[in-house]
Amino acid sequence: MLAAVPARRFKRVSTLLSVLSPRARMLRRIRERAIELVLFLAALSSVAVTAGIVGVLAYESYGFFQHVPLVDFLTDTQWTPLFDDAHYGILPLLSGTLVTTVIALLVAIPLGTIIAIYLSEYAPYRVREVAKPVLEMLSGVPTVVYGYFALLFVTPLLQKLFPGLPGFNMLSAGLVMGIMIIPYVSSLSEDAIQAVPMQLREGSYAMGASRLRTALSVVIPAALSGVSAAYVLGMSRAVGETMIVAIAAGMQPNLTLNPMEPAATITTYIVQVSLGDLPHGSIGYQTIFAAGFTLLLLTLAFNIVGQMLKRRFRQAY
Amino acid sequence: MHSVQKIIARNKLADGIFVVLGLLALSIGIGTLLALIVDLALHGAPRLSWQFFTSFPSRFADKAGILSAWVGTCMVMLVTAACAVPLGIAAGTYLEEYAPKHWVTDIIEINIANLAGVPSIVYGLMALGLFIYQFNLGQTVLTAGLTLGLLILPMVIIATRESVRSIPRNIREAVYALGGTQWQSIRDHVLPYSMGGILTGVIIAMSRAIGESAPVITIGALTFIAFLPPAPLQAVPPFVSFEWITSPYTVMPIQMFNWVSRPQEAFQANAAAAGLVLLLMTLLMNGIAIYLRYRFRKRIKW
Repeated sequence: MLAAVPARRFKRVSTLLSVLSPRARMLRRIRERAIELVLFLAALSSVAVTAGIVGVLAYESYGFFQHVPLVDFLTDTQWTPLFDDAHYGILPLLSGTLVTTVIALLVAIPLGTIIAIYLSEYAPYRVREVAKPVLEMLSGVPTVVYGYFALLFVTPLLQKLFPGLPGFNMLSAGLVMGIMIIPYVSSLSEDAIQAVPMQLREGSYAMGASRLRTALSVVIPAALSGVSAAYVLGMSRAVGETMIVAIAAGMQPNLTLNPMEPAATITTYIVQVSLGDLPHGSIGYQTIFAAGFTLLLLTLAFNIVGQMLKRRFRQAY
Repeated sequence: MHSVQKIIARNKLADGIFVVLGLLALSIGIGTLLALIVDLALHGAPRLSWQFFTSFPSRFADKAGILSAWVGTCMVMLVTAACAVPLGIAAGTYLEEYAPKHWVTDIIEINIANLAGVPSIVYGLMALGLFIYQFNLGQTVLTAGLTLGLLILPMVIIATRESVRSIPRNIREAVYALGGTQWQSIRDHVLPYSMGGILTGVIIAMSRAIGESAPVITIGALTFIAFLPPAPLQAVPPFVSFEWITSPYTVMPIQMFNWVSRPQEAFQANAAAAGLVLLLMTLLMNGIAIYLRYRFRKRIKW
């Protein structure tokens, strides 16, 4: 690798060493500091993005809450901002988000955990090398393609099982979303499981425990904070997922916990409004920012909990 | 003695059952991926033709195509890459090579970890409020490219950091021993050696951006675009034109979403065909990234 560096650079460096005048040395130092400053500004730009996100959402939400009291927003059971008889209760959107997320997690957590244990404790090297990249592709499929798949493949399949199932329903959207977040759960869980030191396993084997017993009673408890971080981050991913639910779950706000019904989530409401043409500054326009702000707070809470858990498992050994 | 054998037999059975369970779980995931690809191919492949790639969207399903969508996607991706790649590599390099340990860099670190978890549609809302209504950039290629660029910025930063971190310390010390400066060690050694990892991360991030539709819908991508943005290269001097940046656009996932939402079956075939093209693009990019990672992991031995 070193041979790839042009020889002239070495020559220049060595001449620099011998003949550097104080002036040249100062120029060199100034250039170094300038470059460092530019790179620092680039790193700071990520903070500016956050400031932009929080600023815009907070500003427009503030306008929204001038019109709608916070109590109504949190307790009203109807979400009909675009009707003449407008109601601004976030609960129907939250229930849709909750149901689809729970279904997705019911798919992703068991499957993701089993895959993580299997890959790290049982699978031969070759299986791992093939299975991991293929699994990663699951999270690389565009979500609009998953939406198509949920609406036109999974829903007809489910309709054979449950004849009364409507064309738009939360069940099929949730199931497909669960498949999509399997890799998030499995790869982070696997990292946590791999971080458990070998001695713990060997101690368990020495006591006569089987592999399964070791995995379930020694490895998983030792990796628990990392594994739960994987669950929480998967949850945050499911809450923020947009296109699958927008395509397959319908867009009507519906206060229900029945997964067989169509419903809107926070994200689909934003999509639905964006597809129309709302004037800038109107209350309808502000509703999507209030909804978005709620979404941001939800995912932020999950992410912070997830990162705290993740840091704990990093420090454990 | 007998009971020990029984315990061993029982343990082996339990292990065997778990292996089956593991393989089953894996095959559910992989099987879904296969079902998805086969389903798209069955419905979409008959629509794939030269005409499909060279036609604009149309009211008639069999005359419609994805010309404006794939051209739009390419142009938006150019802006996205131009925004996210230099910024992300610079930020990642700073955090690994320069950043002193104090509260400012702590904030930046926590911030990047959190940004990576913000739902994509929230970036769309930010762009709507900021780029469109504050900066008046309008519903253009530039707005979409910047939005997606900021969306993948944390991914590029994280990839850069991981890659730069894996370069051994003594490479840098060798540069200092020869009288080189810190920037020289980064420019001539650290960055070139970590390019493989960075490139892998950038490709994966770009494949994510190509398939992203939610933020683009929020910033109001028009779905019926029956014209192309002006070409970036022209026959007359000055040959390069940046007019395309301010042109309206549509992108592949939006075109597909538009077709999926229509009730007619003929449009759903179009959606499947567009989805197939989109899926092949992203899977190809993921494949390249996995191959690169595999190659670089194999080749470099410090």
